[in-house]
Amino acid sequence: MTPIAPKAFYPFACAFILLFLSGPAFAEHEAAESIPAADLIQPAELAATLRIASVPKLLILQVGFRTLYTQAHIPGAEYVGPADDDAGLQLLRDRIAKLAKDTAIVIYCGCCPWSACPNIAAAYKELQRLGFTRVKALYIPENFGDDWVNQGYPVVKGR
Amino acid sequence: MAGARAGAIVVVFCIATLSIVSTVSLARDDLLRVAPDFTRNDLRGKPLSLHSYRGKLVLLSFWATWCEPCLAEIPVFTAWQDTYRAAGLQIVGVSMDDDSAPVKRAYEKFHLNYPVVMGDAQLGELFGGVLGLPLNYLIDMDGRVVGRYQGEVDLNKLELQVKSLLPRPAHAT
Repeated sequence: MTPIAPKAFYPFACAFILLFLSGPAFAEHEAAESIPAADLIQPAELAATLRIASVPKLLILQVGFRTLYTQAHIPGAEYVGPADDDAGLQLLRDRIAKLAKDTAIVIYCGCCPWSACPNIAAAYKELQRLGFTRVKALYIPENFGDDWVNQGYPVVKGR
Repeated sequence: MAGARAGAIVVVFCIATLSIVSTVSLARDDLLRVAPDFTRNDLRGKPLSLHSYRGKLVLLSFWATWCEPCLAEIPVFTAWQDTYRAAGLQIVGVSMDDDSAPVKRAYEKFHLNYPVVMGDAQLGELFGGVLGLPLNYLIDMDGRVVGRYQGEVDLNKLELQVKSLLPRPAHAT
């Protein structure tokens, strides 16, 4: 029996480590990266849009956690709850049930770094599935505090 | 030779992948100020006051059960709690979940060995706003905020800072 050379073992060891670290500690969720770039809106762009009075009012939905929304949210944004589970998705469905499919909707979360957000892609995917054609996801790379509040964009508090 | 080179490349790639980019924010106005005190019941209903940990190094960890980077920190933090307890480390978790039920389940599942209280907007605002997770604070033995870490942090660097701030030498544990 030929022993496995240590150097040849490195790739397998590393692959094992990566698999282990990305494994069961994490719940599965829709990856935010799955949202097409064309359907993202940058914070600066949204903030600028909000300043233009002539632009028709957008439906802005916060799909993150309640305590984040209560502390600070985009003016006019409605809380619909985290979209990472069925209950949250149902709240989203209920909110948009009577809307025209071409309603302009912006969804955002900002609970965690973009790549780890469990809510944004789930909400986006559900709106796509239901046929909404003008959905934008607010791209928040790190979190709502750093990428919106600390940038000086408008916020309001309250439930 | 080619195999060895390929192996080395894979090792370098793995190391780079594992070295997750950290967001360490230390330039905040709240640093070196006395941490705001709060009293909340922990998950077992026992009152917990932050000021009761004066004399210890407190790692105040804002987290939530749906926050993957937060869950990744928990096994590390529980290990630190064991390793550095005698040297004066006390970790306190603040869950920002809306409901305590999943937090209690996570507490059991991940065998947390430090207290957890339920947070809310009011508690978040005490600390300048918890507007993204994970968020960790280091509070020294005099109750001053000496570190603020927003987002996914390099836990090796954080451990070095923890060790440097422990009230007693870690090797005494």
